[in-house]
Amino acid sequence: MTTRVGVEVSIAVADAAKMANPDVIAAYPITPQTHIVEHLADLVANGELDAEYIPVESEHSAMSACLGASASGARTFTATASQGLSLMSEVLYVAAGMRLPVVMAVANRALSAPLSIWCDHSDMMSVRDTGWIQIIVENGQQALDNTICAFRIAEDKRVLLPVMVHMDGFNLTHVIEPVIFPEQSEVDRFLPPIQYPLPLNPDKPVAMGGFAPPAIFTEAKWAQEMNLRNSKKVILECWSEFSKQFGRTYSPVEKYHSEGAKVLLLTLGSFGETASVAIDRMRESGKDVGQIRLRLWRPFPFEELRQAVKDADILIILDRDLSPGGPGGVVASEVKAALYHQSKKPKVVSFVGGLGGRDVTEAGFEDIINKGIAIASRGSKHEYEIYGVRE
Amino acid sequence: MAKSEHELTWKDLEIGCIVTEPGNARQYQTGTWRSQRPTYDFKKCIKCGICQLFCPEGCIGQNKEGLFEADLYYCKGDGICAAECPTRVITMVEEEEK
Repeated sequence: MTTRVGVEVSIAVADAAKMANPDVIAAYPITPQTHIVEHLADLVANGELDAEYIPVESEHSAMSACLGASASGARTFTATASQGLSLMSEVLYVAAGMRLPVVMAVANRALSAPLSIWCDHSDMMSVRDTGWIQIIVENGQQALDNTICAFRIAEDKRVLLPVMVHMDGFNLTHVIEPVIFPEQSEVDRFLPPIQYPLPLNPDKPVAMGGFAPPAIFTEAKWAQEMNLRNSKKVILECWSEFSKQFGRTYSPVEKYHSEGAKVLLLTLGSFGETASVAIDRMRESGKDVGQIRLRLWRPFPFEELRQAVKDADILIILDRDLSPGGPGGVVASEVKAALYHQSKKPKVVSFVGGLGGRDVTEAGFEDIINKGIAIASRGSKHEYEIYGVRE
Repeated sequence: MAKSEHELTWKDLEIGCIVTEPGNARQYQTGTWRSQRPTYDFKKCIKCGICQLFCPEGCIGQNKEGLFEADLYYCKGDGICAAECPTRVITMVEEEEK
C-alpha cells in the first residue's frame, strides 16, 4: 500500500535516495541542500540505511569520492547547491566523460556575489555543458519520483551517465507538501541492482581516466555526445515504465492548456505551479493563453519543444538566470536557437526575473504575459526584459 | 589494440575510454616530443646510475656493457641526465644536428 504523507521535500528526496538503496553517499552540507544530506546521515547512523556515508571536506572532494565509488561499481548519491556545485564543476565534467552514473540532487540557488542563499537557476545553467543529464522538478512528488527514476536512467547500460535532479532551493526543498511514498518492494521492482560493466576490480584490472591524444579526443567526445543524445529514449522509456507502475506521468515538455493556445508561457521549476494559477485566471477572462514546462534540460528536448509551440504566435519565457553581456536568459537563448530553422515559429519574448529568491506572484505572471504580448506586437530593442527591477 | 589510434572510430572506444589492455601506455612514443637528444662520451662514465635515478621519464637503462643510456623511443629530451651527470658524460644536442 502506498502512503500519502505531509513531508518536507528535502526529507522526501533523502527518503527516495534511501529507497534506491545506495552503497555510497559522499556529501558536504550547503544551504539549501542541507536537510537532504543531514537526513541521509541520520538514516545511515541509525542503521536504517546500509551505506557508506563519507563526510568530506568540500564539494570538490564530495564529487571526487562519488566518482571513485561509482568507478568501483557502487550505487552513488550526493547533493549540493550553488557555490558547492561550482566548486564541484571540474569533477562534474570528469564524471560525465568517464561515464559514471552518479545521481545528485541540486537545490537550485543563486551564485555569489552578492551572496545569496535563495533560489534561482544560475547554478543549474552554469553546469549545462558538463555532460550530465539534467532533470528539473517543480513539486515534492516530482522530486521523489525523479530521484528514483534518476538512478534507473543513469545506470541503464545504454546510458551510463550521471544525472542531476534540480529542485528549487527553499521554494521547494524547505516546504512541506503531500507526497505519496511508494512501497519499498515496488521501488525494488522498478530499480534493478546496479551492474556497471567495467568496474575497478583486481580480478579484471582496468585503467580509468587516462588521457586521450588528439587522435582519440574527438571520437571520445562524440561517443559521449551520442550517448547523451540517445539517453532521451531511455529517459522516455523510464518515465513510461514509472507511469505504468506508479501512475504518475512525466514528459520532457509538459503542457498545461497549451494545445491550440496562441500565447504560451514557458517556465522551469517551482514557478510552474504559480504560473498555472495565472494561466487559469487569464483563461477564465477569455484570454487564449497556455503554459509549457521544461522537465528535461539535458538532453535538450528539441522535437518535443518544437511540437509543443508549433501552433503558438507568441512564446514568453521567464528565465531565473542571466548570461551577463549576452542574450540574457539561457533558456530563451536555447529555445530561440531550437526554433531558428522552423518555417513557422512563435515570436519569442524573453524575460529574466526571480533572481536570488525574488518572488514572482500570480499577478506577476499575468503582468509578464500581458507585457510579453505587448512586446511581441510592438517589438523591442532589447535582447530581453529584466522583470521587476527598480529603475 | 587491434587498430591504431588513427583508425579507431567513436564506436570502437570502451565506455568512458576505459583501458582494458594492461600496459598499453608502453606504446606511447613520447620520444616525438623531443627537441634535443642526449649524446654520450662513455669514456667518462663511472656507471654511478645518477642519470637513471633522476630521469623523470624512467627511460634510462643499462646496456650490455653496463653503461647507462636513454631509450630514445621515450626520451623527451629534458636534459636532466646531462645536468646531473657528475662526470659530464652526456651532452644534449639539437635533434636536427647529426
